[in-house]
Amino acid sequence: MAKVQVSKRFMDKSQRVLAYVILSVISIIWLFPFFYLILQSFADIQNPLYNTKSIIPNIWTFNNYKALFTDSRVPFIRWWLNTLIIAFFTALLQTILVLMTSYALSRLRFKGRQGLMKLILILGMFPGFLGMLVIYYILELLGLNTSIYSLILVYTASSAMSYYVAKGFFDTIPKSLDEAVMIDGGTKNTVFWRIIIPLSKPIIIYTILVSFTGPWGDFMFGKYIIQTAQIQPTGYTVAVGLQGLTTMATNELYGAFCAGAVLVSIPITALFFWLQRYYVEGIAGGAVKG
Amino acid sequence: MTTIQYLSLTKFERFLVNVGNFFKGIGKGFVNFFKGIPHKLLVLWHKICSPFDTLGQAWKKGSWGVRTNFLLMGFYQLTHHQIVRGVLYLLFEVVFIWFMITTGVPYLAKLGNLGSFAAKSSTYLDDVASGSSLIIQGGDRSFTILLYAIVTFLLMLIFVVLWFFSIRDAKSLQDNIYVGRYAKDSQFFHDIVDSKYHTLLLAVPIVGLVGFTVIPVIFMIITGFTNYSGTQFYLFDWVGFDNYAGFFSNTNSSGLFTIFFKVLAWTLLWALIATFTNYFLGMVVALLINKKGIKLKKLWRTVLILTIAVPQFVSLLLINQMLAGSGVLTNLFRNWGWITGSESAFDNALLSRVLIIVVNTWVGVPYTMLICSGILMNIPEDLYESARIDGASPFKMYTAITLPYMLFITGPYLLSQFIGNINNFNIIYLLSQGKPSYGMASLGYGDVGETDLLITWIYKMSMEGQDKSYAVACALGVLVFIIIAVFSLIFYGRSNSVKNEEDFQ
Repeated sequence: MAKVQVSKRFMDKSQRVLAYVILSVISIIWLFPFFYLILQSFADIQNPLYNTKSIIPNIWTFNNYKALFTDSRVPFIRWWLNTLIIAFFTALLQTILVLMTSYALSRLRFKGRQGLMKLILILGMFPGFLGMLVIYYILELLGLNTSIYSLILVYTASSAMSYYVAKGFFDTIPKSLDEAVMIDGGTKNTVFWRIIIPLSKPIIIYTILVSFTGPWGDFMFGKYIIQTAQIQPTGYTVAVGLQGLTTMATNELYGAFCAGAVLVSIPITALFFWLQRYYVEGIAGGAVKG
Repeated sequence: MTTIQYLSLTKFERFLVNVGNFFKGIGKGFVNFFKGIPHKLLVLWHKICSPFDTLGQAWKKGSWGVRTNFLLMGFYQLTHHQIVRGVLYLLFEVVFIWFMITTGVPYLAKLGNLGSFAAKSSTYLDDVASGSSLIIQGGDRSFTILLYAIVTFLLMLIFVVLWFFSIRDAKSLQDNIYVGRYAKDSQFFHDIVDSKYHTLLLAVPIVGLVGFTVIPVIFMIITGFTNYSGTQFYLFDWVGFDNYAGFFSNTNSSGLFTIFFKVLAWTLLWALIATFTNYFLGMVVALLINKKGIKLKKLWRTVLILTIAVPQFVSLLLINQMLAGSGVLTNLFRNWGWITGSESAFDNALLSRVLIIVVNTWVGVPYTMLICSGILMNIPEDLYESARIDGASPFKMYTAITLPYMLFITGPYLLSQFIGNINNFNIIYLLSQGKPSYGMASLGYGDVGETDLLITWIYKMSMEGQDKSYAVACALGVLVFIIIAVFSLIFYGRSNSVKNEEDFQ
C-alpha cells in the first residue's frame, strides 16, 4: 500500500515537472519575438561592424529612438497623435452604436429583427476591402477624403456588424427586471438607461477596449486613403507609417521601425493588462454564445 | 436502427453509421427544403398581397383627405394634428422628387450602356516638383453612373415603403378619429422612446451600415458583371457572366481555371488545418495551465495575452523580418539545411506553408486558450469524480468528458473560426505575401503564389500593380461568399444553439 502511495506521488510530481517544463518552453516561444524586438530596437544595424547573425546585438545604440523624434522622414509623434485621436473617437462612437444596436436586437421585438440579423450575417461573408473604392468615393462626395480622420467615420459606420458579444451579454440579463420597470410606468428608454447600462460594465469596457485598440493595428483602409488622396507623411497613422518603414528599398530605417513598434506596443499592452479581466470575460462569453 | 442494435456494433461500424447519418441528414435537409417550397410560396403570396389589400381599403373607405395622401404624402397627418409626422413625410417626398429629377433619372437613363462619351484626358506639366499629372475632363464615368443608379434604386425602394406607410397611417388615424381617439404629436414622441424605440436606436447604425457596407457590397456584386479594371477610370461595359465563365473555361495547365482550383484547394486546406491546430493546441495549453497543483497560473496566462495585446501588424511584420533573406530564423534554417543558398524561407512552397500554419498557431493559441479556460472551469466536477471512481484513466476522461463537452459548447465558435480563416488576410499578407509565386503575373490577374488564399488573391487582383482586374476580383469575391455561405448553411442548420435563440433568455 505504502509503495503504491509513493509511486503515485512520484507520478504526480514528475507530471507536474513535465507540465512546468512545457509551460516554460511555451512561454519562451511566445515571448521570443518581443524580446527580439526590444533587442533590435537598440541595435546599431547601420554600423558596418554589426553582426547580423547573432540575436543579441554586438553594438548598442539609442539612435533608433532618437530617429523617431528627430528624423524628418519619421514624424513619429504626429503619427502617434493622429492614431490616438482616431482611436479615441472611434472607441467613443463605436461603443455607443454597438450598445444601441445590441440592446435593440436583444431586448426589443419588432418586424424585421430576424431579417436584420441575417443581413448582417450575410454582409460579413463578403470580402470587405472590395468596397474600399466606393467608400473612398463616398468620402470624396462628403469632402472628407483628404484627411486621415475620415477613418473615424469608416470605422464607426459599420459598428452594427459587431453586435454579437454585447447582445449575448444582454440576453443573459433577466427580463423580469424590464417588466418591473414597465409596471412602474417606465418606458423602453428607461430600461436601457436604468437597468441595462448599469449592469453591463464588463461588456462596455470590453467594447471600448476592442474598438480603441483596433485602429492601432489596422492599416488597410488607412493605406488606401493615404495612397489615393496622396496625404503627406505627417498625416499617416502609426500602422501605415511603420509598415512603410519596413518596405523601403534600404533597411536604413529598420531600426526606427523596431523602436517605433516598441513605443506603440507599450501603452496598448499596459491598457490590456489593466483591463485584462474584462477582456477575458468578453471573449469567453462571446464564444459560448456563438 | 434501434439503440440496442447501435450499441451492439463495433466501434468502427458505429463510426461508419455516424458518417452515414451525417450525410443522410444533409440529404434530408435538402428534401425538406424542397418539400417546404409550396407552402413558403403561399405564405409569400399572402405577404405580397396584403399591402395591396391595405391600399385598396384605404382608397375605398378613406375620406378624401386619406386619398390625397396617395399623391401628397403626409397630407392627412398635417391636417389632423400630426404636424411632425406630416412634415417629415412631405419633406421626404419633396427631397425624393428633387433627387429623381436632378440626379436619379439622368443616371438611370445611362445605366443601359454605362455611358457612351469617353472623357478627354490630357497630361500637362505641373509647376510643382511632382512632374506631369493627368487631367480628366468631361465625358461619362461608368463608375459614377453605376453607383448613382444603385443609390437611386435604394431610394426608390425606401420611397415606396414610406409612401405605403403614410397611407396606412392615415387610414388608421382616420379610424381612430372615428371612434374618438385623437393621436397627437405627443403620442409620436412617446412611442419613439417606448413601443417604437427600435427606430430611434437603429436609425444611425442602419444608415452607417447602408452607406458603408450595403451599397459597397451591392456595387461589388454588380461590378462582377462588367469589365471594370480599376485603372481605366472613365468607361466600361456590361459583359454578363464572362468573368465567372473565365474561372471555369480556361482549363489548360496555365489558365485561370487551374490557378483558381489550386488556390481554392489551399484555402480550404489551410482553413481546416489552421482551425484545428489552434483549437487543440489552445485546449492543451488551457488544460496545462488549469491543471491542479500548477502554480503561477496568472503569469502563464499573462505571457500568452501579450501576443493579443501587441498590435498584430507589429508582431507579424517582425516575424516576417526574422524569416526574410538574412533574418535570424532563416539563418537558423540554413544551418539545419532546410534552405539552400541565398533563398529566403518563403521561396520553398512546403516550408512556406508549414511556417504560415506554425506562425498562425502562435497568433491564435492565446485566444483559444482564454476561451477554453473559461469553459473548462465550468465543467461539473462530479463528472470527473464518478469517472475516477470507475477507474478511468486521465486520457479516457479527456476523450469521454472534456472533449465532447468542449465541442458541444464551442461548435458555433469553431465555425466562425473556420470562416475567419478562409478570409484570414493579415497573416498571409504580412508574412509571405503569397510567396513563392506561381509565375502567373503575365495573365493579368495579379502575381498569385502558393501560399495565397482567395482573399489575398482578390486583394492582389484589385489593389496592387499596374493592370488591375477589379471586375474579376469582384466575381471571385462573390464565389468566396458562395463557398462560405454553403459551409455556414450546412453547419448552422444543424446547430441547436442558433435555432433556439429564445431558450437562453
